[in-house]
Amino acid sequence: MRKLRVVIAKPGLDGHDRGAKVIARALRDAGMEVIYTGLRQTPEMIASAALQEDADCIGLSILSGAHNHIVPRLMELLRDKGLDDVLVVIGGIIPDVDIPKLKEMGVKGIFLPGTPMQEIIEFIQGNVRARV
Amino acid sequence: MKTVAESGKARWQHDTLEPALKKSPERAASFSTVSGRPIDRLYTAEDVETIDYDRDVNNPGAFPYTRGIHPTGYRGKLWTMRQFAGFGTPEDTNGRYKTLLKAGGTGLSVAFDLPTLMGRDPDHELSLGEVGKCGVSIMSLADMETLFDGIQLADITTSMTINSPAAMIFAMYLVVAEQQGADWKTISGTIQNDILKEFIAQKEYIFPPRPSMRLITDIFGFCAEQVPKWNTISVSGYHIREAGATAVQELAFTLRDGLEYVQWGVDAGLDVDAFVPQISFFFNAHSDFFEEIAKYRAARKIWAEAMRDRFHARNERSWKLRFHSQTAGVSLTAQQPYNNVVRTALQALSAVLGGTNSLHTNSLDEALALPTAAAATLALRTQQIIAHESGVANVVDPLGGSYFVEKLTKDMEDGALAYFRTIDAMGGMVEAIERGFPQQEIAESSYRFQQAFERKEKIMVGVNAFVQQDDPPLEILYIDESTSDTQLAKLEALRKTRDRERVARSLDALRAAAATTQNLMPRILDAVRAYATVGEMCDALREVWGEYEEVPII
Repeated sequence: MRKLRVVIAKPGLDGHDRGAKVIARALRDAGMEVIYTGLRQTPEMIASAALQEDADCIGLSILSGAHNHIVPRLMELLRDKGLDDVLVVIGGIIPDVDIPKLKEMGVKGIFLPGTPMQEIIEFIQGNVRARV
Repeated sequence: MKTVAESGKARWQHDTLEPALKKSPERAASFSTVSGRPIDRLYTAEDVETIDYDRDVNNPGAFPYTRGIHPTGYRGKLWTMRQFAGFGTPEDTNGRYKTLLKAGGTGLSVAFDLPTLMGRDPDHELSLGEVGKCGVSIMSLADMETLFDGIQLADITTSMTINSPAAMIFAMYLVVAEQQGADWKTISGTIQNDILKEFIAQKEYIFPPRPSMRLITDIFGFCAEQVPKWNTISVSGYHIREAGATAVQELAFTLRDGLEYVQWGVDAGLDVDAFVPQISFFFNAHSDFFEEIAKYRAARKIWAEAMRDRFHARNERSWKLRFHSQTAGVSLTAQQPYNNVVRTALQALSAVLGGTNSLHTNSLDEALALPTAAAATLALRTQQIIAHESGVANVVDPLGGSYFVEKLTKDMEDGALAYFRTIDAMGGMVEAIERGFPQQEIAESSYRFQQAFERKEKIMVGVNAFVQQDDPPLEILYIDESTSDTQLAKLEALRKTRDRERVARSLDALRAAAATTQNLMPRILDAVRAYATVGEMCDALREVWGEYEEVPII
């Protein structure tokens, strides 16, 4: 069976990459193919990476509060590229009031500080769409 | 080796401990600090036999300052209670500063937003959604004038957490001081200006390592002559620790960064004793109480010995390590946030018992957002209670002589010196960073902690133990998009009203100087006075030096 392919991306100007790196490693240890984009990725760069890498899932790490700008743009680009079936999840610091808005835009999982790695792994395994 | 009969500890183990263990075993097979350092059950005089009090510890105010740099500890002057703050527009943050000073804060500490930290104006593509979010947005001298409106820079000290564009922001501060009539020779404060830890941990770098180091030595040289009371750098372990380093790694990488700056200063032709007294440090106050205290004590000793023996500094002020500390952001939990008040109090107490010279206490809501004014005030009150009610500030280094603390101090020192040897063998810290060595070490430690946390070998109350559902929601500070609109409008107005010719001339001069070895501070001051923006000044240098891109390590 093909391994799940996950793009872990850090959009925006923030450089705090501890969370992104820990989750990248945990997903890899759980048997997924992880592509870590590195820092300061624009929505365009993330969407291209997802396309090129044939990603099943995109994991965004955002702590800075820039999600309200980054996520709508990324979702639009994914639609344009025909990648609406890619599972999008976010980890980081997201104020409660923003969560419903992000879910409405199509973000399936939002993981706040303190979430066990296993929960994230299982969520991704359970929610990626079977790709044809 | 001692025989059982000779060793008190061995005899105690045999006669007293073993029978007790047979009756009731310990809670765990082994015990370790939050950094994973194994901890014995008991420390006695035998553990400190190799430590010579006069040589290794000594009284406070005496070399190597293990017990503190001041003979009177906090009996003379308490530590500076300096609360890091910044959000939204300069007007918003100016209001918060006035609140903190009114509440008894004794110094200011500026948090800048990400576009400012990264040397980007708010109208840059990458600034989208980031303006004023994680700190205050400062675009030009005009914003700096607003930030300190009604605050006399001659009367306070200000710390500014700024690294890649440190020279530009510092120049803005100097010009505001000048406008207020304050004397550069007497004003005091700190710029973080620590680019090495940006490459290692926080990743807010702009230029490649070598030109970045040159900007820093330019600041050393400029301040030694013109702003002699300013702390030109705050060599920071805080972010290294937050990125997942252990206490020993924090200690080792921070102090080795410090040695690197001194070496580069010396190589740039500066006299050690002319610039080293202006170097200060910044450590994390993490959760493992005694390990942290040992870390601060070891830091002072390592620095004093390195300055005297490695760099042959003769000025006592070069030997004395002064440091700020901040409680550990990474220990704060979004779950049951009021628990954070207790964590912060314990961490702050360890920093005080370790002899911190200045302290920031985190607010209870900081795992969720930037703090509200009420939460920030409670954090300041925590320090005031330690200072004025607990009695710990009445005696110098109250834990000195504790078998455990002295042994742990020695262990921390040994661990750091071992890292020094590895990094020296690579050719220095810049070379080690280019090879990804500290980055890899930190990533390993961070992953190990995460695994221990998942296995519940390390407990975070309210997160992986003692969990409760349905925490009542906390009122948080929500930064909306109006800051971005306000700052963008201001930027447009500034570009229309300033003297365009003067701006262009000053930026050309900066670009030209960057390609030489002359000190850049005078050129940056000219550009600041012309109201050039942070983004424009950084772009001028980007054109000459290029930008750094890291190879990500996971």
